[in-house]
Amino acid sequence: MALKASTLKVGDTHVERVVDNLSRTQIVQYAGASGDYNPLHTDEVYTTQVAGYRSVFAHGMLTMGLTGKVLTNYVGAGRLNRFGVRFTNQVWPGDTLDATATVAAIREEDGKLFADLTVSTVNQDGKEVMSGTATARIDP
Amino acid sequence: MLLTKLTFPVEATHIMMFARAIGDANPVYHDAAAAAQSEVGGVIAPPTFPQAVAQFDPDYHLRPKPGQPWFGSGRTPSGIEGQPATSGALHAEQHFEYHRPLRPGDVLTVEIRPGKTWEKESRRAGKLTFRERIVEYRDKTGELVVTARSVAVTPERPVSEG
Repeated sequence: MALKASTLKVGDTHVERVVDNLSRTQIVQYAGASGDYNPLHTDEVYTTQVAGYRSVFAHGMLTMGLTGKVLTNYVGAGRLNRFGVRFTNQVWPGDTLDATATVAAIREEDGKLFADLTVSTVNQDGKEVMSGTATARIDP
Repeated sequence: MLLTKLTFPVEATHIMMFARAIGDANPVYHDAAAAAQSEVGGVIAPPTFPQAVAQFDPDYHLRPKPGQPWFGSGRTPSGIEGQPATSGALHAEQHFEYHRPLRPGDVLTVEIRPGKTWEKESRRAGKLTFRERIVEYRDKTGELVVTARSVAVTPERPVSEG
């Protein structure tokens, strides 16, 4: 279902829990699907003993993919024109992430309607792990 | 300067596996019949799927290759001596511009170019080196489908939790 400009307001939000208790297995699953096999994400021995981190951690792109689901569930599949993010903190196995999309602007360009959104993904401690913006095509 | 030029065949099974990995059960990513009834008229790929072009880069440095030493653990904590030059880079930013969704059957030509490079001091990880990459995905007719811009950061030391 696409969003409608007639019913949408600046400040409207859509929130979803995008992962509950992130497993190492899901991180491995993402490595396999994306092709990014960096041991920092999949190899506890390397990551703790050689790279010096306390544990493996999720690919930034896994967090972006999880968060993308909140956008497409809100604006409709195939409706995004733009999606950009900054990764601000690492995501660890066991983390639970909630993502919020907020309508920042509704505008018309060349006779087409768009919603500009801000996106924020936070962990169970309320710490932001990713922030960004997106633009979606919306209906009248 | 062109770093790499790749061919990216977009396949339904790959999209299904990718959608599973990001925990997205939307039928538009795996169920052709349901997707046909939806606004997009058929299976499409999720927004971050273009990144999976790494599968089609024969030289991609973050995939183990037969007969070559791999820097992850095996008999020892790392399969190589010393820190590999590329292993410490982390993803700082990712931006996509979409002209249309990717669909199974698309055969995309993907061109990767370096962008800007800059440095910054940080309290949590020492000197940070940022490197930008621009990736253009075009279809058979040469039409731009997606443009991606990524920023990778190489910290001087492991990032402390702040």
